[in-house]
Amino acid sequence: MSTLSVAEIENLKSTARKLRRDIIEMVYRAGSGHPGGALSVLDILVVLYYKVMCIDPASPQDRERDRLVLSKGHACPALYAVLADLGFFPSDWLWELRKTGCPLQGHPDMRKTPGVEMSTGSLGQGLSAANGMALAARLDNSGRRIFAILGDGEIQEGQIWEAALSASHFRLDNLTAVLDYNGLQIDGWLRDVKSLEPVAEKWKAFGWNVLEVDGHDYTSLLEAIKKALEHRGAPSMIIAHTVKGKGISFMENQPDWHGKAPGEEEYRQALAELDTQEGEGVR
Amino acid sequence: MSEKIATRDVYGKTLVELGRTREDIVVLDADLSKSTKTALFAGEYPQRFFNMGISEADMMGTAAGLAASGYISFVSTFGVFAAGRAYDQVRNSIAYTRLNVRIVATHAGLTVGEDGASHQTLEDIALMRVLPNMTVVVPADGYQTRQALFELVDYPGPVYLRLGRPKVPRVILEGTVFQVGKGQLLKEGRDVALIATGIMNGMALEAAAVLKGEGIDAAVVNIHTIKPLDRRLLSEVAADTGAVVTAEEHSVIGGLGSAVAEVLAETCPVPMLRVGVKDSFGESGAPDELMQKYGLTSFHLVEAARSVLRAKKKKEGRPPK
Ligand SMILES: Cc1ncc(C[n+]2csc(CCOP(=O)(O)OP(=O)(O)O)c2C)c(N)n1
Ligand SMILES: [Mg+2]
Repeated sequence: MSTLSVAEIENLKSTARKLRRDIIEMVYRAGSGHPGGALSVLDILVVLYYKVMCIDPASPQDRERDRLVLSKGHACPALYAVLADLGFFPSDWLWELRKTGCPLQGHPDMRKTPGVEMSTGSLGQGLSAANGMALAARLDNSGRRIFAILGDGEIQEGQIWEAALSASHFRLDNLTAVLDYNGLQIDGWLRDVKSLEPVAEKWKAFGWNVLEVDGHDYTSLLEAIKKALEHRGAPSMIIAHTVKGKGISFMENQPDWHGKAPGEEEYRQALAELDTQEGEGVR
Repeated sequence: MSEKIATRDVYGKTLVELGRTREDIVVLDADLSKSTKTALFAGEYPQRFFNMGISEADMMGTAAGLAASGYISFVSTFGVFAAGRAYDQVRNSIAYTRLNVRIVATHAGLTVGEDGASHQTLEDIALMRVLPNMTVVVPADGYQTRQALFELVDYPGPVYLRLGRPKVPRVILEGTVFQVGKGQLLKEGRDVALIATGIMNGMALEAAAVLKGEGIDAAVVNIHTIKPLDRRLLSEVAADTGAVVTAEEHSVIGGLGSAVAEVLAETCPVPMLRVGVKDSFGESGAPDELMQKYGLTSFHLVEAARSVLRAKKKKEGRPPK
């Protein structure tokens, strides 16, 4: 894991565009779901899953694998798209998202979906579970690494701050959390509903190693993750500045796109935009 | 039957109506005000609305503090978070303290649908009714939701009002009186009693119509108040019919079925079956499909009625000792 070459960056961008298509397609076919937060977290997942984590889709229960807890579970279309692309399960599963009897649940279910490490959906619980995984890795004398992805609205939950204290108290330096700081929750902008600021200072005060990056820039993301993994003696928090709905112009920064499926017209428009981006080579 | 309406929509509108004359009403939500419909109140009376963000435990405690200062707190989020996430705050800060907090929980049960098990509470009635001082109400439809809200504003002590996500048909007739703790005989019948709560009332009425075609005369009882339970009415219908089926969009453990069984075991034991979710979590899917898959349709009620009637016949046929 060194810095990314131009070709590697192009590859990641191309993968991300494909995965964004999958997200739109999944939510459109399901007729419900959460596109905004899935699109904002996607680039973070792409860097982690394609450039950082040691995982083997052929043996998803390998004891030594790295673990990722998607604590903001509603963004699971992004996680499912990545897991399917990596081969954890067949791609056809994506089109059955949220349908009765299907393995891809509206929120991640570790008993139904290979590659999902923790069932989430009730916000604020994933960091504690990640702490437990980090403690287990230490007990096992294992070098496996634990990642937790948190929503910015999600960290209004008190349990997050209990877990924040635990992680620094237990010096869980095998744990890296990423905050998907898109500024939006359901009822609007965080600054209007309940502000987090100054958020970096809060995590620092709780004993964490804090890094801040553009959550859609692969080079900076990878750089920050590397620093986090090298840091000893404390858990790391990467505050990733993101755009909710990233990649689809009419979804970007729109609270309304938190939890609704595109209609037929919007679906076509979204895919057309992604096609244009592919042609122009932009993300 | 008139057009369908979601109980949460009625809640939002009724809150605005109540807020107009009652300046002592305050409303709290946890980043779900568009879904719970408290956003309507927030629009009208922004100074009496507090969006607590995604902090349900904090919200329950804050509602308790407002109530302890003389306000009537209406607190809303999804049922799974109201009853589950913030349970100890509800228990210690709201129930133990006997404060005037009205926990109005929306999105209860399987009909949450596609969001799946993490969001479908099938345990909230059980969790809430076991708490001393707590009143637990599950309205049958939109009409009854409005009536209940008007009744409950000044009802002493804490209340849990369970509402749903989908639009549901009207089952309560115009002018039917709503009284906390008083069950309603929606249909008389001699052979078997279908005792329902919430949206299962509609299915119980449908089932009764099907049973009628088979020559079975089924009574339908709406238990909108799970606590305090109408023990007298329950014992009477059990004695009159000699066979009981309960129906709830909830686990069969700890909910309406359990509550009715507790009463009848002590007052008038009769053959009984509980229709509800059988000790399992839900899953993602269309609400109707899930209700079918988990055995919560009028068809399942008809089956249960037939089977409980067989048990009743067997019991009656038993030779005297
Ligand atoms: C405990 C809990 N409370 C409420 C909800 C309902 N809910 C789902 S997503 C969401 C907003 C999340 O905002 P954020 O964490 O910022 O996610 P993102 O912007 O990345 O979608 C809420 C309130 C929930 N899932 N869990
Ligand atoms: Mg957000």
